[in-house]
Amino acid sequence: MTASDEWRPSAAVETIRARAEMLARIRQFFKRIGVLEVETPICSRYATTDPALESFSTRYTGPGAARGRDLYLHTSPEFAMKRLLAAGSGAIYQICKVFRNGEYGPRHNPEFSLLEWYRPGLDYHQLMDEVAQLVNTLTKQPMSVERLSYAELFEDYLDLNPHLATGDQLRQCAISQGVAGAEQLAIEDRDGWLDLLMSHLIEPRLGQGGMTFVYDYPASQAALARIREEPTPVAERFELYMEGIEIANGFQELTGAEEQHRRFEDDNHRRRQSHQTAVPMDQNLLAALTAGLPDCSGVALGLDRLLMVLTGVADIRQVVTFDISRA
Amino acid sequence: MMCAAIDMLGEDVMASYSTNEFKGGLKIMLDGDPCSIIENEFVKPGKGQAFNRVKIRNLKTGRVLEKTFKSGESVEGADVHETEMQYLYTDGEFWHFMDPQSYEQVSADQAAVAESAKWLKEQDMCLVTLWNGAPIIVEPPKFVILNVSDTDPGLKGDTSGSGGKPATLETGAVVRVPLFVQIGEAIKVDTRSGEYVSRAKED
Repeated sequence: MTASDEWRPSAAVETIRARAEMLARIRQFFKRIGVLEVETPICSRYATTDPALESFSTRYTGPGAARGRDLYLHTSPEFAMKRLLAAGSGAIYQICKVFRNGEYGPRHNPEFSLLEWYRPGLDYHQLMDEVAQLVNTLTKQPMSVERLSYAELFEDYLDLNPHLATGDQLRQCAISQGVAGAEQLAIEDRDGWLDLLMSHLIEPRLGQGGMTFVYDYPASQAALARIREEPTPVAERFELYMEGIEIANGFQELTGAEEQHRRFEDDNHRRRQSHQTAVPMDQNLLAALTAGLPDCSGVALGLDRLLMVLTGVADIRQVVTFDISRA
Repeated sequence: MMCAAIDMLGEDVMASYSTNEFKGGLKIMLDGDPCSIIENEFVKPGKGQAFNRVKIRNLKTGRVLEKTFKSGESVEGADVHETEMQYLYTDGEFWHFMDPQSYEQVSADQAAVAESAKWLKEQDMCLVTLWNGAPIIVEPPKFVILNVSDTDPGLKGDTSGSGGKPATLETGAVVRVPLFVQIGEAIKVDTRSGEYVSRAKED
């Protein structure tokens, strides 16, 4: 890119039109099934504690904060939407921009569009059905849907049990499967190795010509999903893959305030250990959970990546008007 | 540009680069060899560890390999830069080059000169890649003018219609030339394709 064409959009006009069409159909879909569209703040005094996510921050100075107050840009609208659910909103969805620092590449732009929705009374398996229905209203033809548990996936592709294998076994697997440079990687935890195997060896093969849902993640990767204890603890979490790309991430939502508080604390502890800064945990979410979050499932779907699949392009820059290098 | 810095002992030390600085053309050290990044891809699960999946050329062997780094890791930079140098002569074991500004000379071995050897003509300017001051890659000029030292003198004999004949040049390179080219003539050759371009005008 030269300085002289930096002003131009990185997406083609047809793709910009395809996005508008996609958004219109999504809104129709939710109107038809009776899910309410909402908006929540982008800036919050609280941040996500998840060590895998880095929030951008900004500062508000003015009435109410004469000396200024740090605000974090949301990495997803999850916390605020759960406060709405606890306040009795019923089923809700939101289409918004979210912000994640440090993420830029063919599938990442530090600001991107998310569709997030919550369904009180539906479990995460029913929500997977709904995700598939939504995607099928956007594709030319209905797509095949495949469902595999995280354990089945690792057994099928790599012949190992992801819940029981030791860090060293996972490392050996990465080496024997030819992940270049695996010998020298300084990965301390099992989850890092699982992420390596998943992203390098399994993910590229998922959702070829259809939708692949992966569900029941290791309990250590629960994020905000409920954990089911028997027989091996698993997180009631799912992901949708299409054409080898991670499209959506959903949970049977954790509803317990105490458990949520403990996970926030654990996250911040892990952040300090890996020399990330600890961030203020969302006290309003904890208060909402104490007041009572209805049993619900929720999912966040990356709209830019979905548009990549729908339009058949390989780079996220081709589906956003101006990627960060032109912003 | 090189990013040499001086450490406390006064020795040159290379800067190190974090994965966030990775981009095409960046020169880094890998397993003791200088390498150049060809492609860098950021890979990250939504809720997990980020990696940089990199395609790299080993500048000593020319081999292209892949390597995955944990995002945020740092890698030692390689003191590699390219410079125009004049080819002086070969003593059979080494090929000697001179920096036209400083008159400093360097000698390149067979591994560095490799396939380029057959295009090297004394006095020609070449692009030399130096690692820690020593040549590891020598690229000849895109076009060279060389004398034909041997070729079939006959214009006849080409009944196949292939339109050419082999000619051995003064440097030992063999190229296909049109039938009218004769021993002692100078021709212009494209070193990238190894193909005859034209007859060269005599100076």
